[in-house]
Amino acid sequence: MRIYHFSEQPCPEAWGEQNASLRVNLASRNCDPRAMAEHYHHRLDEWLLADELGLDIMVNEHHATATCATPVAAVPLAILARQTKRARLLTLGYPIANRLDPVRVAEELAMIDVISRGRLEMGFVRGVPYEVPLSQRSAVGQMARFWEAHDLILKAMTSIDGPFDWQGEHFQYRNVNVWPRVYQQPHPPVWITGRSPQNIREIAERGYVLGTFLSGFHTKGLLDQYRKACADLGRPAPAPDRFSYLGIVAIAEDAKEAMRRAEQMVGYLRTSGRVAEPFSTPPGYFSLADATKMVKARGKRGITARDGKFVDTHHGAIEDLVKAGIMFVGTPDEVTSQITDFVESIGGLGHLLLMGHAGHLPHADAMDQITLLAREVLPRVQRPSADLAQSSRAAGG
Amino acid sequence: MVNINGANIELVRRGKGRPILFLHPHIGLHGSDAFIARLAEHAEVIVPSHPGYGHSDLPPAMSTVDDMAYLYLDLLDALNLRDVTLVGASFGGWLAAEIATKTTERIARLVMMGAVGVKVGPRERSDIVDIFATPRSRWEELTFRDVKFWQRNYESLSEDELTVIARNREATALFAWNPYMYNPKLKARLHRIRVPVLFLWGEADRFAPPEYGKAYSALIPGARFELVSEAGHFPHIEQAERVARRVVEEMK
Repeated sequence: MRIYHFSEQPCPEAWGEQNASLRVNLASRNCDPRAMAEHYHHRLDEWLLADELGLDIMVNEHHATATCATPVAAVPLAILARQTKRARLLTLGYPIANRLDPVRVAEELAMIDVISRGRLEMGFVRGVPYEVPLSQRSAVGQMARFWEAHDLILKAMTSIDGPFDWQGEHFQYRNVNVWPRVYQQPHPPVWITGRSPQNIREIAERGYVLGTFLSGFHTKGLLDQYRKACADLGRPAPAPDRFSYLGIVAIAEDAKEAMRRAEQMVGYLRTSGRVAEPFSTPPGYFSLADATKMVKARGKRGITARDGKFVDTHHGAIEDLVKAGIMFVGTPDEVTSQITDFVESIGGLGHLLLMGHAGHLPHADAMDQITLLAREVLPRVQRPSADLAQSSRAAGG
Repeated sequence: MVNINGANIELVRRGKGRPILFLHPHIGLHGSDAFIARLAEHAEVIVPSHPGYGHSDLPPAMSTVDDMAYLYLDLLDALNLRDVTLVGASFGGWLAAEIATKTTERIARLVMMGAVGVKVGPRERSDIVDIFATPRSRWEELTFRDVKFWQRNYESLSEDELTVIARNREATALFAWNPYMYNPKLKARLHRIRVPVLFLWGEADRFAPPEYGKAYSALIPGARFELVSEAGHFPHIEQAERVARRVVEEMK
């Protein structure tokens, strides 16, 4: 199993209670560019340390928000492509259904793949609901657009014999001819996040890495859908490297210090749902059945922990978030055992994505977390994953 | 239901007399009953739900109000309607204008109530309140002079009524997301509307203010603009009786 260090590069100075909505309509007056420069440099240094110590790297992007001040994933990726030596560089990912220009996406990613000498992991996401209000295109028919953008990006990357035209339903291009040619042949590995059965089936059919975020012990159900899709297609059970999971980590030599860090890390969950009413339920984003329910009321997002308790993803207590598999908190021994336990319960995992910096966590603490993860946790979780791969194959997925 | 090119379109016909095609706003038909009933005392009122709205199908290739206008021309042909008065409210007014710019062969006149569909103001902001960026309670306030005409107890609505609200919202996002509530091509086509056009505008409309309506009406040769007192964006809901009477008078 690989471990990726991840941060949303937040601007926590803008998280004050006076700002009721941290997304879409929060004025950028709340962002101090000098403080933000410090943040960006610290986050880049943390990723460089992760690279040096043997972890892999994950970046993402969101728009018009203080919770994630990375509106362009290509920018940190481009810097890291040059400055790191060995880490896999994962973006999870590009919101390709909201982008007007998939060919530009192919060009950006091709350059990053080449500069990094083939270390790009290419993640595509549908994007959260509150990205839709910022998009020129509505959420109606978003998944059809997503897959057409995907098809076009892949064709653009793999066409090496000169230009082609694309006259699709959502995108029309003349003379698509992407330079440079991608480093990894035929193209960098593809990751896609999914929650709905239909989407997970499409990801499984293509054999891509399935991204799951903060789904805790519900993750097994998602992975099982992927496994079932493979079985239905008469394919062998998917190896653990087809699965990834994003959780939040707070780790320290001392349990009390780990809890103190967790209090700061959890700021991410507390704030990430803070968004003005109309932006969280864009029409077309949810199935008609779900949208119908939302006319009356919005449901609470949460996970049922293994002891049966419902844990609110945004507001649950840290102890409960650990029980739900959303956070891993404690000493290196404790975190290792929580991770091992979690990975076992979901039937194996190839890529563990860990938010190792969030909110107000100071840079020095983030560096310490990365060091402990790389030195104390990674060596101990790499081995069980291989074993789990065997057992999951033996069990026929 | 009536089938137009393979799409099932929900359609109600009420009353007898010369035909009125009522084109509902983006919120659907809720609240329009009293107005339709008044009109039906004097004319035949044909009330479709737009494609994707109510219980009407959304044809796969349909994604613009321009597309929708062609479906309505087919509907006029299918029902063999002549001398039709198009009465459009808000989004339905946009639709009426799109239909009439293509041909007025079967159309006698237009009544545009709080109609949207064109861009007249500065490029830095929307002429019309963005329902997708405004909390529901707030856009209700801006839309109605007296919000009691609208306020619905969502808890007590049936599954079917809730589904219709969700479908209407989704269809509006499909047709009006961006550019928001207008077609950049429409302005240059409005001169083609060569039948009488009457704009009726709620004096207290804060959703698409009267200045917007005045500027819009000035783009159509000979169009007249009248304010409706004690009404917001939907004068046909807040002043059903008076607005229906005005429409009937216009048909004389």
